[in-house]
Amino acid sequence: MGATVVEKIFSSRCGRAVRAGDVVMAPVDGAMIHDITGPLAIRNFFQMGGTRVFDPHKVIMLFDHQVPADSITAAENQAFMRTFAGDQGIHNYDIREGICHQVVMEKGRAAPGEIIVGADSHTCMYGAAGAFATGIGSTDMGFVLKFGALYFRVPESIRAEVTGRFPRRVGAKDLILSIARDIGADGATYQAIEFGGETMEDMGMEGRMTCCNMAIEMGAKAGIVPPDRVTYRYLEGRRAVTPVDLSPDPDARYADRRLYDVTDLAPQVAVPHNVDLAVPVDEVAGTRVDQVFIGSCTNGRFEDLAEAAEVLSDNRFSDRIRVIIIPASRDEYLKALRSGLIERFVSAGALVEAPCCGPCMGGAFGLLGPGEVSLSTSNRNFRGRQGSTEAMVYLCSPATAAASAMYGEITDPREV
Amino acid sequence: MRVWKFSDNIDTDAIIPGRYLIHNDPCVLARHAFEGTRDEFAAKVREGDVIVAGRNFGCGSSREHAPLALTGAGIRIIIARTFARIFYRNAVNVGILPLVCHQADEIPDGADITVDIGGGYVDVDGTRYPIEPVPGFMQDIINAGGLVAYARGIEEVKTCTGSQA
Repeated sequence: MGATVVEKIFSSRCGRAVRAGDVVMAPVDGAMIHDITGPLAIRNFFQMGGTRVFDPHKVIMLFDHQVPADSITAAENQAFMRTFAGDQGIHNYDIREGICHQVVMEKGRAAPGEIIVGADSHTCMYGAAGAFATGIGSTDMGFVLKFGALYFRVPESIRAEVTGRFPRRVGAKDLILSIARDIGADGATYQAIEFGGETMEDMGMEGRMTCCNMAIEMGAKAGIVPPDRVTYRYLEGRRAVTPVDLSPDPDARYADRRLYDVTDLAPQVAVPHNVDLAVPVDEVAGTRVDQVFIGSCTNGRFEDLAEAAEVLSDNRFSDRIRVIIIPASRDEYLKALRSGLIERFVSAGALVEAPCCGPCMGGAFGLLGPGEVSLSTSNRNFRGRQGSTEAMVYLCSPATAAASAMYGEITDPREV
Repeated sequence: MRVWKFSDNIDTDAIIPGRYLIHNDPCVLARHAFEGTRDEFAAKVREGDVIVAGRNFGCGSSREHAPLALTGAGIRIIIARTFARIFYRNAVNVGILPLVCHQADEIPDGADITVDIGGGYVDVDGTRYPIEPVPGFMQDIINAGGLVAYARGIEEVKTCTGSQA
């Protein structure tokens, strides 16, 4: 019986054949903590009797949720983590680099065949690098910091086979929102989603990151794209790796196989208050919005900002609404800056903030009041996610966000 | 014990809003549990009350502040049709017992509930509902009283050990 990508990774790292459903204490190749979940993880590490972390070079630390510190308590939490990093010899990216998941990817801290854990649910994004990556809580992370290993139940995989060419101004975010609608908010619980097919092979790393990032929105433990030349080209200059063949076997056993053809896919919008409530944009076109947010680990990369700028062209954003744009990292910010995107956004009336989670965190800034409506390129539209539980959050692609920001209402980017 | 009934897809943002994640003390977090979603909860919940929910309880963010807020509120048992994966592990790790009951939807809000873990059932106003056993590898952690206590007792782990499906 053949193996899925995930089974191959666990088998390789464990040195023996491991199948879906097996429970293994697997070695961890990277462990990420940030300013929200890190303090608890470190306290748990100490309470477990930990003194030295398993390997300081495999621990990734940074601050992205409340940066620069927006309260005295946040400042204390960050100071506590800085001290820990100094004592343990952990490289701390601090507030300088941007959103954790983007930074892990661009610093080459996730590579094909690795097992990576992060104390954040969107850790599954590193599946774009061909790693098995999953989000864990702070106590599990305390255990990982001490032992460098964690119990995993090796997940079954759902194979998502994607074919066809995207129509104009339709892309990875529209695809993953339509997959979320199909699979449902808990349709992949305890499973991995293995993305494949010609569309995924042609897709750049930024789109693969968007897809893998949102695997958790279907309850998945991981999203993964089998590593290929796109993956290895991305890793060039970031990480020296020897290519490994992790292609799934033809007779691999899947929990389910889903086929998606993007040829006629329309721009998608997830309506409040669940991610799987995605509809074609024309069903909600004309919905007035108060705030548009373009950013997050899901859609804050240079390509996302360029997609928004292409739709915006030389027009202005509506003066009736707030437009907040946040590049996902310092690198992405610099790329946007050097190519003139930042000037164009600011000229058009947007606020461009320094790299961080921004309104998606629901606790730092850019919060919504009761009755307000947000259109966001981020990953969650849960009630209260961006502030008041009486606010409404819609999710969409950068192109749809930019078109809508020009008119102050949800707008089909193909008609701009 | 009183039942606090919730619907499907209760996410961890609803259990504890993002703006309170700067706190780590369960008692402080408990004051804001379900704030804006079900405001009476924090004021009226009593030690030992039981949360009963539908599908996918605890979906979304991995924030362990969510089960911590519930421990601070005195919750020791959550019963749901299904749980989101990260929340399930977090709950076990911090000492909450997540129990799967396929008929959880039938249990009404405010009902008086008795949980018999060993017997594998709950009694609600005269009706008995079966609950699923906890997966074997989680049982050791539960028996230890949570992952911190479990981990304190071991010096090193042997990787690549485990059990087959």
